[in-house]
Amino acid sequence: MNTPLSKVSRRQFLLAGLSGGIGLTLGMSVPAFAKMGEAGPGLAGTDKANTALAPNAFVRIGNDDRVTVVAKHLEMGQGTYTGMATLIAEELDARWSQVEVIAAPADAGRYNNLLWGPAQGTGGSTAIANAYEQMRQAGAAARAMLVQAAAQVWQAGVSEISVRDGVVKHDASGRQARFGELADAAAQLPVPETVELKSPEQFRLIGKDVTRKDLTSKIDGSAVFTQDIERPNMLVAVVAHPPRFGAKLAGFNDSEAKKRHGVRAVVQIPSGVAVLADHYWAAQQGRNALSIEWDETEAMNIGSDEIFASYQDLLGKAGLAARNDGDADGALTEAEEVIQADYRFPFLAHAAMEPMNCVIERQADGSVELWYGAQIQTADQAAVAKVLGIEPPRVRINTLFAGGSFGRRANPAADYVVEAAQILKAIEGVAPVKLVWSREDDMRSGWYRPAYMHRIEAVLDEQGMPKAWRNRIVGQSIITGTPFESALIKDGVDITSVEGASNLPYAIPDLKVELHTTRLPVPVQWWRAVGSTHTAFATEAFIDELARTAKKDPVEYRRALLGEHPRHLDVLDLAVEHSDWGKPLARNRGRGVAVHESFNSFVAMVAEVTVGDDGRYSVDRVDVAVDCGIAVNPDIVRSQMEGGLGFGLCAVLESEITLENGAVVQGNFDGYTVLRSNQMPDVHVHIVPSTEAPTGVGEPATPVIAPAVASALSSVTGKRYDKLPIRRA
Amino acid sequence: MLTLTINGQEHRIDAAPDMPLLWVIRDLVGLKGTKFGCGIAQCGSCTVLLDGVAQRSCALPVSAAMGRAVTTIEGLDDKLGQAVKTAWEAVAVPQCGYCQSGQIMTAAGLLTMNPNPSDKEIADMMSGNICRCCTYHRINKAVRLAADKLA
Repeated sequence: MNTPLSKVSRRQFLLAGLSGGIGLTLGMSVPAFAKMGEAGPGLAGTDKANTALAPNAFVRIGNDDRVTVVAKHLEMGQGTYTGMATLIAEELDARWSQVEVIAAPADAGRYNNLLWGPAQGTGGSTAIANAYEQMRQAGAAARAMLVQAAAQVWQAGVSEISVRDGVVKHDASGRQARFGELADAAAQLPVPETVELKSPEQFRLIGKDVTRKDLTSKIDGSAVFTQDIERPNMLVAVVAHPPRFGAKLAGFNDSEAKKRHGVRAVVQIPSGVAVLADHYWAAQQGRNALSIEWDETEAMNIGSDEIFASYQDLLGKAGLAARNDGDADGALTEAEEVIQADYRFPFLAHAAMEPMNCVIERQADGSVELWYGAQIQTADQAAVAKVLGIEPPRVRINTLFAGGSFGRRANPAADYVVEAAQILKAIEGVAPVKLVWSREDDMRSGWYRPAYMHRIEAVLDEQGMPKAWRNRIVGQSIITGTPFESALIKDGVDITSVEGASNLPYAIPDLKVELHTTRLPVPVQWWRAVGSTHTAFATEAFIDELARTAKKDPVEYRRALLGEHPRHLDVLDLAVEHSDWGKPLARNRGRGVAVHESFNSFVAMVAEVTVGDDGRYSVDRVDVAVDCGIAVNPDIVRSQMEGGLGFGLCAVLESEITLENGAVVQGNFDGYTVLRSNQMPDVHVHIVPSTEAPTGVGEPATPVIAPAVASALSSVTGKRYDKLPIRRA
Repeated sequence: MLTLTINGQEHRIDAAPDMPLLWVIRDLVGLKGTKFGCGIAQCGSCTVLLDGVAQRSCALPVSAAMGRAVTTIEGLDDKLGQAVKTAWEAVAVPQCGYCQSGQIMTAAGLLTMNPNPSDKEIADMMSGNICRCCTYHRINKAVRLAADKLA
C-alpha cells in the first residue's frame, strides 16, 4: 500500500478531522469558495468609513479609498497577511499602498480553510494554497462591481472601463474615479455570480516583491501581540504546573503567595494552581511563594535514555506496513550483504519567541471574548465553549499577530487557551485574565515533536543501486487522540509519522516502510514540517550513504533514481547548478546535498561546511532551490526558505529536549540552545519559475537542511551521522 | 516611589527596587514595544539602551536604571536609530516580529560602540539575540547596511 501525503489525503484529513471529532455544530453544507461568503456582520477594526462596499467576507472598500482585506489566516511570521492582500489587490487592481489587512473573526462558515473542510485554521503550509483562487475571486468580484458602477454613472459600456492602481477610468471620455468615490454606487449592485480571473501574464502584484503589510509595525515596536493586550481591571495569571508528566495536584498552601504585593487571587484549575495579580512580576512572585504538594504516584518514571532503549528493541521487530512494494523482506533475507543504519531523533520544543499566552474576558451578555494568536480558531472556540458551558459562536476570538508558532499554537487540545478559560471560570469571570507562560512553562509543558528512531536496511545491485529498502520507524503518534484521528490514521498507521518516508521518490523495486506507534505520557504535536522533520533526515542521509558505499557522486546517484519525479530533479539540478558542486575544497571543508518534497513543494539544498580539528563545525553556505508553484511573493518565499532552514539547523547543531524520570531537563534557552546569528550560513535561494498553482513555503525548507549538512560532514570525515543533534563532526 | 527617565520623559513609579526593568517598562509605564522572551537575559527580546549601551531589561532590577537614560524602541529616533530602522525596512527583516525590537536595540547599541564593525563583529554582537524565525541572514545584512549608510 502506498500512502503518500498527497493533496487529496490532506483534504480528506481535514474534512473528516474537525467536522467529526470535536462535535462542532457546523453543518456540512458550508459554502466553499463559489459564493465567497456573505459580507456578514461587522468586524472589529473596521469603521463605517471603511465599509461602504462589502461584496463578500474578504474585501471592504471605504469612501476614504481604503481597501481592507479580511485575512482568514493567522500571521505568525510566514507573510500570510501580505499574501492574502496580494491576491485580492491583484484582481481588484488596487494600489498596494491603499490596502490594509485585518484579522477575520472566528467564523468557520465564512473563514474556513478550504483544504480543511468546515474549520478555520492555519497550518500545513496551506494558506496560500487554499486561498489562491478564493481571494482572487473576492478581489475580482469587488472590481467588477466598481466597474459596473462606473459604467452606470458615466453611461458607458463596461468593456470601455479600465482599472489600474486604484483608479477606475473611462479612456474615451477621460473620466476617472477613485474606488472610494464609486463604493456607494457599487454597493447598490448585485454581487456577480461569476468573475473572470487574470491569466498569469497579466499579474502586476503576484510574482513581485511587494512590501510586507506587517513590516513597519514590526520595526517601530507598534505591532500588537497577545502579550501587549491590556483590558480594564485585567489580571495577569501565571500557573504552577506539575513537575513531571502524569503528576497531579495533591494540595497547596497559598497564604504566603497572597501576601505578595499585587497578588489578587490564587485558584485551583485542572492543570495546576493559578496565581492572579496586577501584573506579571507580581504573579510570578506569588507563584514562587506557593507551597504545593504534588501527587507523583502515577507520574511518568522514565526518561529519554529508557525511551530510546525501548525504541531500539522495537527496531528489531516488524511494524505495521505503511508501504509495501515488491518483497523487501524477502530481498533482505536472501541478500548476502545488507547495509543498515539506525537513526535517532530527540523530542523538540517549538520555543516560539513569544511564550504561550492568551487574554480572555467575559462580556455582560455572558459571551466571552479572547485576544491571542489563534491558529485553529474553530477548535479553540469549541474547546473554550465546552469549558464555559456556552455555545461556540458566543466565543469571540480576536486573532492577533503570533510571536512565532512553528505548529505550537495549532494545538488540537487548545491546551493553553483552555487553561485561560479554566482560570476565567475559576474566578467566575469577575475580571479579564491574561494568562502568561514563562519561558520555563512554555518549554516544560509538553507538546513536543516526538522522539523517533528509524532503521533503514538496503540491498544494492551489481551497479551499486538500491534494489531493496526497508525503513522501520518508531515513535509516538501525533494524531492519536485528536479530532484528526479518523482521517489521518489509516489501518493503524499515523500518516504524519511516515510522511516523507512512505512516499520515498526513489525508484527501488522492493520497498517497505513500517511503523511502530508507541504510547507515552508526553504530549506531542506537529513541529514545523511534521513527519518530514525526521523522515527526510533518515532517508536522505541513508541514500547518501548508499551513494558513498557505491562510490558514486551523491547528486548523480539521486538523479539516477528520480526519473519519475521531474520536480525533484528540477530543484536538485537548480541547487547544484548554483553551488560549486564538484569544485575542489580544502581538506577540512565539504559539500553535501539533499532533496525532499513536503506540503506539495519541492526543496533541494547544497550545504558547505568547515570541520575544525576539534570536531566543531560550521555551516558556511547553503544554496536552496524551491519549486512551490507560482511564487506569489518571491521575497517572502526567500525569507521562508532562509528562516525555515535556520529553524531546521537548530535541530542539527544544538536543540534537544531530554527527559529524566518524567521531567523535562531543559527549561530555557540556556539549556535548550538554538541557532544564533553567528551560526547562520550564507543562504542563496533559487526559485523554480512555474505556472503551477502555489503550494506551501512555511515548512518545506526545514527538513532538508539536516541531511544536507550530514552529507557535507560525511564528505569530509567519511563518518555516518545517525543522531540529531550532531554536536561534533 | 522611584523616578525613571524613559525616552527623555520622567516617570514616577511605585515599584519594588528589585522589580525587573522590563516589567516596569511594560506593565507599569505601559510601553509595549520591549518584549518578554526568556526572563534570564538569554534571548535579548527585552533589550533597551541604558545611557546608549544595550542591556537586557528582564534581568536588570529597576533600581539599576535610576538616574540613567533608558531608551526603548519607541524612543529610538536619533540619526543612528533611524538608520537602523530604515535598513531593517530595506532588507525586510521581520517575520513574526516579536524579537525585532530587541534586535534593533542591540544593533543600535553595537553601532554606537563600534560604528564600523566587520561582518564577523556584527554576527558575533548580534548573537546575543535569538530569533526563532531565524531571520539572522537579514539581520546581519541590515546591520551592515545601516553601518555603511552611517559611515
